Amino acid sequence: MANKRIDDATGVETVGHEWDGIEELNNPLPRWWLWTFYATVVFAVGYCVVYPAIPGLHSATAGTSGWTSRGALAMDMNAAEASRAGIRAVIDKTPVDQLANDPRLLRAAIDGGAAAFKVNCVQCHGAGAAGAKGYPNLNDDDWLWGGDIATIHQTLQHGIRQPGDDATRTSQMPAFGRDGILTAAQVQDVVSHVRVISGQEKASPSSQRGAALFAQNCVVCHGANGEGGRSVGAPRLNDAIWLYGGDRAALTETVANARYGVMPAWGSRLDPVTVKMLAAYVHARGGGEATPAPVAADAAPAAAPAAAK
Amino acid sequence: MNAHDPKLPRADHSNQISFYAKRKGVFPRKTDGTFRRFKWAVMIVCLAVYWGTPWIRWNRGPYAPDQAVLIDLAHRRFYMFDIEIWPHEFYFVAGLLIMAGVGLFLVTSAVGRAWCGYACPQTVWTDLFQHVDRLIDGDRNAQIRLQNAPWTASKLARRVFKWGVYLGISFLTGGAWIFYYADAPTLQHAFWTGTADPIAYTTTGVLTLTTFWLGGFMREQVCVYMCPWPRIQTAMLDEKSLTVTYKHWRGEPRMSVKAAQKAQGSNQPFGDCIDCMQCVAVCPTGIDIRKGPQIGCITCALCIDACDKAMKDVGRPRGLIDYCTLVDANLEQHGQHDAPLLKTIFRPRTLVYFGVWASIGVAMLFMLGQRTRIDVSVAKDRNPEYVMLSNGSLRNGFTVKLRNMEDRPRPMTLSIAGLPRGAIFTDDMEAEDARPSLAVTVPADETRRLRVYAVAPRGAKPGEFLFQIKANDREGGQDSAHTTFTTPEGNGQ
Repeated sequence: MANKRIDDATGVETVGHEWDGIEELNNPLPRWWLWTFYATVVFAVGYCVVYPAIPGLHSATAGTSGWTSRGALAMDMNAAEASRAGIRAVIDKTPVDQLANDPRLLRAAIDGGAAAFKVNCVQCHGAGAAGAKGYPNLNDDDWLWGGDIATIHQTLQHGIRQPGDDATRTSQMPAFGRDGILTAAQVQDVVSHVRVISGQEKASPSSQRGAALFAQNCVVCHGANGEGGRSVGAPRLNDAIWLYGGDRAALTETVANARYGVMPAWGSRLDPVTVKMLAAYVHARGGGEATPAPVAADAAPAAAPAAAK
Repeated sequence: MNAHDPKLPRADHSNQISFYAKRKGVFPRKTDGTFRRFKWAVMIVCLAVYWGTPWIRWNRGPYAPDQAVLIDLAHRRFYMFDIEIWPHEFYFVAGLLIMAGVGLFLVTSAVGRAWCGYACPQTVWTDLFQHVDRLIDGDRNAQIRLQNAPWTASKLARRVFKWGVYLGISFLTGGAWIFYYADAPTLQHAFWTGTADPIAYTTTGVLTLTTFWLGGFMREQVCVYMCPWPRIQTAMLDEKSLTVTYKHWRGEPRMSVKAAQKAQGSNQPFGDCIDCMQCVAVCPTGIDIRKGPQIGCITCALCIDACDKAMKDVGRPRGLIDYCTLVDANLEQHGQHDAPLLKTIFRPRTLVYFGVWASIGVAMLFMLGQRTRIDVSVAKDRNPEYVMLSNGSLRNGFTVKLRNMEDRPRPMTLSIAGLPRGAIFTDDMEAEDARPSLAVTVPADETRRLRVYAVAPRGAKPGEFLFQIKANDREGGQDSAHTTFTTPEGNGQ
């Protein structure tokens, strides 16, 4: 350090080092810069004390503030939950068929339903609610039990063939082949007729025989022209939509052995608000039907018990 | 051996080298002159623009704010007089920023570090705070005396008072910033009644403290140690850049008027510089310009004013310190005339910068005139891609966004083209009411999001089709968006 001197060319002090005639000039940093650096060191130490910082084998030091990223997330989630409490309370009080009267309420219900659908329903009905064989497509305009929002809500609430739920949806089609009601040939004739009324085949001797069998065995539930019966959950047969397939093999299986799809009663699994939201979401998939207008005052009491059931 | 070195600073007893230096106080003396007055004018304009702009009202009708300049972050709108920028038009703001960048190059090329010397907020506020110093503590010498005085009650009182004034100015500075981001009168009322958003108080607090710290205490150190711009400037200055120059060939050897007379009598060389140190005394960054161009020189030209006054007092021509390019310096040194000032300013480099700067501006103005005020965009449902309905017809779902950038609700017609026998309906209509075109109203200054279903009869072929939007008012306007119709056969591609 003994070689400190002023450099001739620049007039700047040298730091005193010299390597083969090369020297380093000393342009001192401002002192506050140094203090700023010390301050950051102090801050870092303080931070390590207050926040989780130093990793160990299994966990990091806890920090005196008790802050954790998990806790911060939980707080955010609780805050989000709390922020939804108001609208959930309103949805809770609003009858499901009145939700549409308030567009913002309906929007909130549909969005909430979309979230609940992704957790509870996509396993069978698919992410886009497009269904699969045996699981109805909820986007279309074909409904087994009815497509207005109150009926959808009823179906969701009590499920399909949910044991122990008195109000659950149960359709009881006989297994015409297995139970020996119809012979194998007769089953084929009925299948022919069904394919004719759904526009997939031309009339044939088999279908004409099937028409008679259909009239005897099927019209009670499926209607004279196969237009279906929602009160008993009997599918419409004269349309383009088939839950289990409309080809001869699938129809033969259906007529011979019957199909008994199931859905849980969501009323016993989810809270009432979420079930309402799910109904709103399903109803808004594009095929939802308008709530039937109350026909007349004297008709209402007759309809009420049916709805309650 | 070094003890005998005459170049060693005398105060250095320890022979220890310090890598850290204490700040040398800067106490610029009050001055007056052409450049000082210009600096006053620039400061008044800058501060007036900064403080006044948010309070200018601008009528945009009932559906838009009436603040002339407003950065509405909550609603993602940027209003500037008659121009309204949406987020997707952010390139206009980017263009402005590029223009500002190129503009700095242009200014540097034309007139050197004029930004640093006159318009930079750090310069403007430092200047303001230095005026406060002179107003409260007196001029340079009084300030130095007070600085060196022991901490008595009276000094403490003066300091506290001065820092209070600093804090007041800083609060006004930090507080004004928030008015650019919300309706100024409303926010001001909310601010004083304690009902403003916490971010308003935080922003004001942070900016108050940074102004207090940077303007009141850091001052020239921001330029010397923190700011990257002086470094960039050193790379940008060339031999034709205007810099504040001490004309050493005229000034040296510096000596008093009396000594100069004696030297003249005995035919010795003498310079015009009388070594009065006025140039150093008035410098807001505390440098000695006579040492040549340096990073600490922000070219505020106050030393030119000071030197001109001194030269006038001793009856010598002005301009010993003056704006000068290196080329001119060399010419003058050899007794030749300066290049004409206009030629210095309007040189090729400057013209190229100006060309780039102006082209960006013209291009943006052109695009501003061309931009559409309505817009349709379509996102097709991916799951399910199509839905078969009970009568065998096919339905595709779409999310259609209709953008109305005018500040009034507009009636529009949404229609489809290229989907044979196709029809559309929205999710608040019944499917039976589907038809090829729908009347929709898009609210003022909003994007309306619609769930739209397109239905085509049994046997429909997949393929491309168009959603079209048309405004049904006097001003009109239309837009369209391509999408595809998917059937069990695919999407036609």
